[in-house]
Amino acid sequence: MSEVIRFGSNGRLLQWVPLGIFVILIASFGVLSPRFLTGENLGAILVQSSWLVLVALGMNFVLLAAGVDLSVGAVMYVVAVAVGMGLANVPVWLCLLCSIIVGGVCGAINASLIVGLGLPAFIVTLAILFVGRGLGLFFSSTRIVYASPAIASLGRSSLLGIPVPLWIAGVTISVAWLLLDRTALGPFLRSTGADAEGARRTGVPTKAVTWSVYVLCGAFAGLGGFISLSQISAASAAFGQNAEFLAIAAAVLGGTSLSGGRGNLRAPVIGAVLITTVQNGLVMINANPYAYPVITGAVIFVAALLDSIRSQVQVRLERRAVRPNSSEFAIHGVRSQ
Amino acid sequence: MTSAQPRLEVRVLTKSFFGVQVLHEVSFDAHGGRVLGMIGENGSGKSTTMNLLTGVLPADGGTILLDGRPFSPKSRRESDAAGIAFIQQELNIFPNLSVAENLFLLHPPRRFTSLPFVSRSRLNANARALLRKVDLDVSPTTLAGAMSAGERQLLEIARGLSGNARIFIFDEPTSSLTAREATRLFEIIKRLRDDGAAVLYISHDLEDVLELSNDVMVMRDGRVTLCAVSAAVSTSELVIAMVGRPIETLYAERPAARTKTMPVLEVSGLTAPGFLENVSLRIGRGEVVGIAGLMGSGRSELARTLFGLDRHRAGTVRVNGEVMPSGDVKARLAAGVAFLTEDRRHEGLMMDASVADNMALAALPAFASPVTRLIERKRLLRAIQELGQRLNLKSGDVRTAPVRSLSGGNQQKVVLGKWLLRQPRLFILDEPTRGVDVGAKQDVYRLFAELADTGLAILVISSELEELIGICDRIHVMRRGEFIAEFPRERFDREAILRAAFGQGHAA
Repeated sequence: MSEVIRFGSNGRLLQWVPLGIFVILIASFGVLSPRFLTGENLGAILVQSSWLVLVALGMNFVLLAAGVDLSVGAVMYVVAVAVGMGLANVPVWLCLLCSIIVGGVCGAINASLIVGLGLPAFIVTLAILFVGRGLGLFFSSTRIVYASPAIASLGRSSLLGIPVPLWIAGVTISVAWLLLDRTALGPFLRSTGADAEGARRTGVPTKAVTWSVYVLCGAFAGLGGFISLSQISAASAAFGQNAEFLAIAAAVLGGTSLSGGRGNLRAPVIGAVLITTVQNGLVMINANPYAYPVITGAVIFVAALLDSIRSQVQVRLERRAVRPNSSEFAIHGVRSQ
Repeated sequence: MTSAQPRLEVRVLTKSFFGVQVLHEVSFDAHGGRVLGMIGENGSGKSTTMNLLTGVLPADGGTILLDGRPFSPKSRRESDAAGIAFIQQELNIFPNLSVAENLFLLHPPRRFTSLPFVSRSRLNANARALLRKVDLDVSPTTLAGAMSAGERQLLEIARGLSGNARIFIFDEPTSSLTAREATRLFEIIKRLRDDGAAVLYISHDLEDVLELSNDVMVMRDGRVTLCAVSAAVSTSELVIAMVGRPIETLYAERPAARTKTMPVLEVSGLTAPGFLENVSLRIGRGEVVGIAGLMGSGRSELARTLFGLDRHRAGTVRVNGEVMPSGDVKARLAAGVAFLTEDRRHEGLMMDASVADNMALAALPAFASPVTRLIERKRLLRAIQELGQRLNLKSGDVRTAPVRSLSGGNQQKVVLGKWLLRQPRLFILDEPTRGVDVGAKQDVYRLFAELADTGLAILVISSELEELIGICDRIHVMRRGEFIAEFPRERFDREAILRAAFGQGHAA
């Protein structure tokens, strides 16, 4: 009881922990580097984070349905190679569309193996991670792939004073919001994530739900790869490497559960911006580059720790007080007969 | 019975699991405007029949006619679309969804008829209307996980009412409802019937079934053994059709209470703010002590705290004289305490593992060779088979039969066996016979009496007062986390106990 109250009587206080970390980080980076807390740099952080926001949004769907997709980094690389080599003379908007489609097809391959053959998502997407990166390396002959000038300029141009990557991220967030909050898909994938067999018994088309989350995740990762390519203008063999872990960490850091069913739309967005802020701040304070993975690892650890504490609080919250003297619990807790 | 065409005609339905035939040519009719009561022991095939009717499982043979037309649903979606609402015994309420989302999970109201966008305002308004129908006073945006078991059951019922169903199947709907909630449910069922729906009502409570239904059918071992107009049968006829023989005594004889025995459990002043207040209790060797009280009176919280699953702030718990630290399950296990949880499906059993593997789990160290620490499989298997016989366990080969393939009553026996294999000294049982059929109940009661004779101390929590009165030496009544009355066996009085549980003056 006392612990619950300390976390806020409905666990709401926990939601503020990532934001608290965020504020502390910004403040300490600001103290350590005068260039960090400039409007220019904060805007740059948002632009830098847009690709991760997209990939994490896609991952968020999968996590809500209690799945996992380890292939998103490889999908980003496949898309970058396809767009950079195969579509050099194609209009930019068509490249963008193709990125989404190529990503979606990769997601569909994941889904068909997971749903069709009943294989565990972890194994399937791990396999696709290697296959995807292998294919990318094969077609690019491990050489750096360059984005066409049109694509590269897109990553740096603005519309109405707002950088294009932010526009794309904004539109994608709205699409994700519509899907999660304003269609039946949201409750479908939450129920599948909480109890797949129970959802099936209730009549939720769990196979279609699983299909759609992996296709969405792939498509979002494809778009994320396109944005990232347009920003860096080139994709080396390491393009998109570890993106899967950053995306999972972003979603979980923001409050989506690793064990499925619990989470929201804010989570991947907040988490992605937070992770990018850390990376940007480390550059700004001239930290030793070898410290980056250590710090990123610490962020992932904090994300997992928060998730675990949240689950424990959840369990305690679902206990109901039976005595009237315990604040608000009693209102519903006691059935007066 | 009625001249009109039946809403639902079921003809020679058959079904097998793992090569065992569980339904033998089941046939019956359900009419619009009538309630068909269904009774039978667990494992008699009622739930399987309902799963076939609603497309959860495919049938092996036979036909179902809906309004005279052949009907073979392949999923719940199809049976829902055909107008069959199935209110299940296993709650399909998702704790991470809001009340409104749970109610309209499959068909949320749309903002535009041609686009798949949900209208939140209409969703919540429709939910509010449904909640009013079942008298449930919660906001549509509350997370279902924050509701009590009884409230969730009402939510499940409200969900059944959400479509335009013409056939309603209620599978054991009252098992977690309070008396008042159950009365409310019966009113709803009668109204559905009067509106012309066909209602199938499955329950273990024979009196409820007879009171509520127009027609009644009894199943035993996958066969329909009785089909009659409810007004024309008595409960004893139903029991005979159900078990194939009359049950003379459900409860084993209890010798005079033993009070001067060595104490096994001594609890004094146990307090956990919000849940328990100054609870004191003493159970001696061979004593069976019961806790009565309404749902939400703190009964289950007491059991969890005694076993160390939840922490307490003040007071002491002693087992065999040894003080148990707050929230320390390991210490309890070492002292010989066993705990049968209320929720056996989630906390007690590995459904896909075999009977033997489940039973062995908690007792493995006791069957390890003293020298090599390897498990002595033969000795273990012999102990499991002996225990299975004592429990009157009905299963296939204990080494291979998965627990999932057993009926509810036999699953419960497996959980009991799992703890008994450790030879506990104190056994805490929370709702040991919930959802268990009459035959298996009798086996379980007889076993408790036997165990008590060998010196085991037993603490039973139950919603069924008859059960506590039948098996206990002493009953404590709980209300709002406090012990408010104690009745020794010679002063057992159904009415007095109920009055205490409901708070003085307000008799049930």
